Amino acid sequence: MQAPEPVLPIYGLMAEFDTPSQLIAAARHVRAQGFRRVEAYTPYPIEELGKVLHGGRSRLPLLVFLGGLFGGIGGYFLQYWVHVIHYPLNSGGKPLNSWPMFIPITFEMTILGAALTAVFALLALNGLPMPYHPVFNVPRFSLASRDRFFLMIRSIDPKYDEPVTRQMLFDLEAHDVFEVPP
Amino acid sequence: MLSLPIVTELDWSSVRERLASAGGPTYWKSLEELADTAEFRAMVGREFPAAASEWDNALSRRRFLTLMGASIGLAGLAGCGRQPLEHIYPYVRAPEGLIPGKPLFFATALSLGGVGTGVLVESHMGRPTKIEGNPDHPGSLGSTDTFTQASILSLYDPDRSQVVARAGEIDTWETFVGSIRSEIDALRSRQGRGLHILTETITSPSLAAQLTAVLAALPEAVWHQYQPINRDNERAGLRLAFGADVQPVYQFDRAEVIVSLDGDFLECGAGSVRYQRDFASRRRVRQDRQQMSRFYAVESTPTTTGASADHRLPLRAGEIVQFARTLAARLGLAPAGFALPAASRSSQATSASTSFDPGSVALHAAWLDAVVDDLRAHRGAAIVVAGAHQPPEVHALAHLINASLAAPDATVRYIEPLEASATDQLASLRDLATALEADEVDVLLVLGANPAYASPADLKLADRLKRARQSVHYSYYNDETSALCSWHVPATHELESWGDVRGFDGTITIQQPLIAPLFAGRTAHELLSALFDDAPRSTYDIVRDYWRNARDEDDFERFWQTTVHNGVMADSALAARSVTPVAAAQLPDTLWRTEPSGAGADTLELIIRADTTVWDGRFANNGWLQELPKPLWKLTWDNAALVSPATAERLKLSNEQLVELGRGDQVVAAPVWIVPGHADESITVLLGYGRTRAGHVGNHAGYNAYLLQQSDAPSISSGLTLKKTSETRRLAVTHTHFSMEGRDLVRSGTLAEYREDPHSPAHHGHEEHEHASLYPPFANPGYAWGMAIDVNTCTGCSACVVACQAENNSPVVGKEQVLQYREMHWLRIDRYYSGDLDNPDVMHQPMLCQHCEQAPCEVVCPVAATTHSKEGINEMTYNRCVGTRYCSNNCPYKVRRFNFFNFHPDVTPLTDMIYNPDVTVRSRGVMEKCTFCIQRINEARIDTEVRSMNTGQQHKIVDGDVVTACQAACPSQAIIFGNINDPNSRVSKEKAEPTNYGVLTELNTHPRVTYLAQVRNPNSALAAAEEAHRSGRVVPQNQYLP
Amino acid sequence: MDDHHQSAETHEPWARPDDRAPVVEPGHTFASVTDQISSIVLTRGVQRGWLIGFGISFAITMLLLYAITMTVAVGVGLWGINVPVGWGFAIINFVWWIGIGHAGTLISAVLLLLHQDWRTSINRFAEAMTLFAVACAGIFPLLHLGRPWIFYWLFPYPNTMSIWPQFRSPLIWDVFAVSTYGTVSLLFWYVGLIPDLATLRDRAHSSIGRYVYGFMAMGWRGSAAHWHRYHVAYTLLAGLATPLVVSVHTVVGLDFASSIVPGWHSTIFPPYFVAGAIYSGFAMVMTLAIPLRWAYKLEDFITMRHLDNMAKIILATGLIVFYGYLMEAFFGWYSANQYERYLTLNRALGHYRVQYWALMFCNAAVPQLLWFGAVRRSVWALFVIAIVVNVGMWLERYVIVITSLHRDYLPSSWGYYAGTRWDWAIYIGTLGLFLALLFLFIRLLPMISIFEMRELVVHKEGELRAADLEE
Repeated sequence: MQAPEPVLPIYGLMAEFDTPSQLIAAARHVRAQGFRRVEAYTPYPIEELGKVLHGGRSRLPLLVFLGGLFGGIGGYFLQYWVHVIHYPLNSGGKPLNSWPMFIPITFEMTILGAALTAVFALLALNGLPMPYHPVFNVPRFSLASRDRFFLMIRSIDPKYDEPVTRQMLFDLEAHDVFEVPP
Repeated sequence: MLSLPIVTELDWSSVRERLASAGGPTYWKSLEELADTAEFRAMVGREFPAAASEWDNALSRRRFLTLMGASIGLAGLAGCGRQPLEHIYPYVRAPEGLIPGKPLFFATALSLGGVGTGVLVESHMGRPTKIEGNPDHPGSLGSTDTFTQASILSLYDPDRSQVVARAGEIDTWETFVGSIRSEIDALRSRQGRGLHILTETITSPSLAAQLTAVLAALPEAVWHQYQPINRDNERAGLRLAFGADVQPVYQFDRAEVIVSLDGDFLECGAGSVRYQRDFASRRRVRQDRQQMSRFYAVESTPTTTGASADHRLPLRAGEIVQFARTLAARLGLAPAGFALPAASRSSQATSASTSFDPGSVALHAAWLDAVVDDLRAHRGAAIVVAGAHQPPEVHALAHLINASLAAPDATVRYIEPLEASATDQLASLRDLATALEADEVDVLLVLGANPAYASPADLKLADRLKRARQSVHYSYYNDETSALCSWHVPATHELESWGDVRGFDGTITIQQPLIAPLFAGRTAHELLSALFDDAPRSTYDIVRDYWRNARDEDDFERFWQTTVHNGVMADSALAARSVTPVAAAQLPDTLWRTEPSGAGADTLELIIRADTTVWDGRFANNGWLQELPKPLWKLTWDNAALVSPATAERLKLSNEQLVELGRGDQVVAAPVWIVPGHADESITVLLGYGRTRAGHVGNHAGYNAYLLQQSDAPSISSGLTLKKTSETRRLAVTHTHFSMEGRDLVRSGTLAEYREDPHSPAHHGHEEHEHASLYPPFANPGYAWGMAIDVNTCTGCSACVVACQAENNSPVVGKEQVLQYREMHWLRIDRYYSGDLDNPDVMHQPMLCQHCEQAPCEVVCPVAATTHSKEGINEMTYNRCVGTRYCSNNCPYKVRRFNFFNFHPDVTPLTDMIYNPDVTVRSRGVMEKCTFCIQRINEARIDTEVRSMNTGQQHKIVDGDVVTACQAACPSQAIIFGNINDPNSRVSKEKAEPTNYGVLTELNTHPRVTYLAQVRNPNSALAAAEEAHRSGRVVPQNQYLP
Repeated sequence: MDDHHQSAETHEPWARPDDRAPVVEPGHTFASVTDQISSIVLTRGVQRGWLIGFGISFAITMLLLYAITMTVAVGVGLWGINVPVGWGFAIINFVWWIGIGHAGTLISAVLLLLHQDWRTSINRFAEAMTLFAVACAGIFPLLHLGRPWIFYWLFPYPNTMSIWPQFRSPLIWDVFAVSTYGTVSLLFWYVGLIPDLATLRDRAHSSIGRYVYGFMAMGWRGSAAHWHRYHVAYTLLAGLATPLVVSVHTVVGLDFASSIVPGWHSTIFPPYFVAGAIYSGFAMVMTLAIPLRWAYKLEDFITMRHLDNMAKIILATGLIVFYGYLMEAFFGWYSANQYERYLTLNRALGHYRVQYWALMFCNAAVPQLLWFGAVRRSVWALFVIAIVVNVGMWLERYVIVITSLHRDYLPSSWGYYAGTRWDWAIYIGTLGLFLALLFLFIRLLPMISIFEMRELVVHKEGELRAADLEE
């Protein structure tokens, strides 16, 4: 197969594999080769890949914790401010700061804060929504959400060298290798 | 969802067994509850589904719209009548003393059956809105009854007659006067023969003078007087006893022992308001006044009067004469040869005896002994009262006894009759009927009365009225009689006209108009003057001139002004007359002839009485009174056939079952309501319902009891026939279903117990609860409003309920909604029964927002619409309320009321004049409840602040500055309101009494409203006999049960 | 290479052989699960059965619309409520729907944390059910207001009058709990959907489909980085949803428990409300799952194992609820409080005893059948029992709300209650709305989580491989 003349520098090379195992093996190898701008695409989450390609722990848990903390403190403060500072009223002879009755809302606000953070942080960190992405230009890529496994090496990777890299991917039992137009 | 239940009788044996087994005073509220039968549950079950669907059917919706009296059709008319507001107060020159926004009070009087009650009318910018009692008037002393309170609503009733009508067609006053004058002139040649005038009881001296003048000019003319509830019997009885035409005025504040022979002096009749006050003054037990009067009541139909008695004996109305006779005889008034029934202690009655027979009924014997002893022991401090519906004999005997007990000098004043001309009204009406039958009536003037509806059926006045060649009906409503008369002339409301009227003791009040006639109404004075005087005069001149002549005051102007201003004419009360009893020998033997005891006992007895809320029918179109629960059986919007449990058991009747009552050729279908304590073998029907031309509110409510009335025995008669039907009529009863379930709600004790330990009535055997809370209480310095209610003096008369409704713009919701438990009264009177099914003790408990210091309702409100004020008032912020109803659910006293619909539908220019401008009219979807009349508190606050500003020193609201509407109305002064932070305030003193207790305090609500326990003063000997009788009675009798 | 495989296998966390009945029938591959599930949405097209079902439920939704319009126009007086019974169908239905919602969250969150892989094939529509149930529940608190048009006064928003909600009121707790619950459930559900939306995007034939699903997928690519964060976030959400789901019905329970009404004021309410919620929720999942797997031939994915497990949960929670009833009765007597005592007797023997004993039959007696494996294996029996439980739980709320209110402290104010035609119209209407939404859901979105099914398939592979290796 001969690649079409690229008008622009291509985005990268994408290899298609049949099984997750092949993909994982390939990913390991590529990383070992010192490639850094590498990404894998699978129909379902494979923790192994995350470790291999991205290693480090996610910042999500910390963010979620802070979100929850903010929600909780905000929730209690809202109630305290309203009933004690802003508009004190004698309601059934209860003290203005009747904290036991403020707990349920404080709790709910904690959960809400945390949950919102979790979702929006997830989207933000994943860069979603993203209306356009070059990988979708590869026709076979639609199978990435069905039963095929893909590995992509960005052209901007310092170790990237089109023919060598392509050959390496075929050696890794790639079912096929495509150029990803920009 | 639920089908109509099969009407079957209660399981009486279980009822009685439950009572028997229940230890101590067991309180219960209804028989079905007691029996807990399936029918009962079915009956209740039936109550909601139909009613709930009322609202999506346009017809009943529209019916509701008319209830407040706001009938859409009349809105236009009201508009095109004279514009009162503009005409009365042209603000070019503001009337003297009128500060916009501040009400003025004018003294006048409102009359019922010719007897006036002095009132002060609150007028906002010339618009009367509320009626209070006139403290200077002997018949009021500042209090009012339900009728007086509600009459303001009638003033703004769009159904009231608005135009002169000839044969139903709109006509003019001038044509009317022209045509009738000529008719009358035609009669002058015959000395006025053919002219008949029918009036109700007239006590107005000026009007009477006019009539006398007419009769002087036309000697052959006849003046008939008739009103359904009259004092024929009393009058006749007093003639028998004293041979003179006198009228008694009782002084219950001087009485140690009171015996009532079916006398309902607390609830109705002349002076009932004053009598409640006086009666209460001897029943109020305090640390510094530890004695009270003793009250024996012999009653046929249960009344609030009987409910206030220390001993109550249910007797058929027809048997009461026998009781009176025996009592008189035992007191040595009988002539020689009168056989006194031999008393016996031995036998025990096992069933309600239908006849009074001390010979064989131990209870009756004990009763006689007790009453006789007590009366003898209290010469000069005893009163015997007879009921207006009792035959003359009973009255005669009662007053003979009074005379023998030296009452005339001490406890009963006998005065000239109030009526300008005392006549036997029934006879007078019968004469009219005869005259009509004989076609002798050329011109008939009917002034006020409604004979076509409110008269004995056998006189057939409805038909006979048509026989008058010319008939004029002058009345407030274009009613049943108007429809049959050739002319109808609209009357003015008493608040629209000048006039004069006598109070129960004869005191004169000059009535002054609070507002110009809203419609083309005329006063009776005007009418007579226009028809008979050469130069028609205004009412003002007629009344004024009359008094100018009657009282030759040297400074008449001054006299007139003070009289009008005070609402009382100085020394105008009728003087006491000394009476001398007719010697026993001269007395007619009808008085002593003992017809076989319990004659007619084999037949059902019929008792015909005025209804406690719509009276003889004149208030039928008054929504407030229609929706006011009858004090004892709590029925609204209907009258029923009242029957005793034992009789219901025998006849297998159940509540709401329709029965056909027959008397003579008349048959009436009436729903049964079983009333504990009613006399056995006797049925009470109540007048005032079943009207056809009352108006949108009153039409077709209940059945017409006048159809059963016969002129030979208008109120009590035997030989009633009863036919059961399988139909039922749903009755809107506000709270019947429930027993007190042994809860410490109303607490009671006896005077003896009280003297032993003053705390025992309220606190003996009741758990008391200390303030237990993790939270510190909210301190409230300054004012702390609170209320104390004395359930001992409360008679349940319900004046407070109407007063509250009038003051606080509470809506009328209609029968369908009452059936749905959606009545809107902020103040209700709970009624609990205890003890014997056939003769229970009754307790009344006014229940309103308790203004808890730790209010359960406030905490659960999600929008802070109900919160606590610094002065401890539980406040509703209507505008903030979103209507979750959580507060109502969490209110243990269930005193919150919810606007399920817009209960104030688009009001007409006429009907929105009734509203109190100081109180918000609540919209749909909003919760509401008692505010302690916060508008009155704030008014007092503002006045005090203004005074402080003007005088420079700091004034405070002093005790008595704030009087709630209910407190003001209460005739027995059972309600005391004030600042509980002030140890010297009356309310603080009341709350310091040992009988003071709070309801449901175990919930830690800390109510600001507390109650003073009920204390009764029974005769120990009689009490024992009653106990024996009771235990003798409770043996289950199921011979009537399958 | 081999050792690569080896290591790959040993590292693969999903390679845990499962000894029980399969949660997905054998013979399925990534491709087959993907195609079969997505085909329901993409290729099947609109079928008559669906059209009829949707048509009917939509018609009922219109009834709801009518009833709501009348209520808002005329007033809540159209309903059976009164004083003393200030709450009626509205609150009963609210609690009932909220309870049903709980199962969805429970299945997707708690079972996820417990690594119950059998949840996979039911969690998606269970979550959808949660959302729709919460939507139906949400209607009632707003509509039951006397003045529904100012419902927003219940939310804390700055306003010129500077008035705020009264945060001590359990109703405000409700507002926060339910709205939080709704929000979190929605997010959880949507996050779970994203990868499948991507699948649909890639499978869709029509450009409109591609566009819409693509828009909703937000450009999901299934890259390792995506999946990595996705896994973390999803687990965190599950961790948050679990206490939330417990708190929601606790708060609902507090609506009653924190009042002073006899029969409401009871400390046992929160726990047994939660149990009751799960109980009714699973019953509803069962009620929906059984027809669905039949109609869409999903027996392979929603296997008897699922039904069996759910039946067991229903039995367990049912027993907890029953214990709650017993405790209520016991404390009615043990408290020596005359009001509580009266109430307990009144429930069992009073005007509403029929409802009470019916509820006992539905919630306490019938579920005992689930002790028998034979019953748990009979689809029909399960279906009937599930429906009985749904009815029973509605009755439970009826008994709690009505019998407690209609006879509280002052006998003078006691009353009776029954729903009117309007109450019923609104209740049935919400059932219609619920089903209509459900029909739309199964038509437009994958009712089973495709990517999680792929994981299950991997489990199968894992098992097979493991078998090979042993030889």
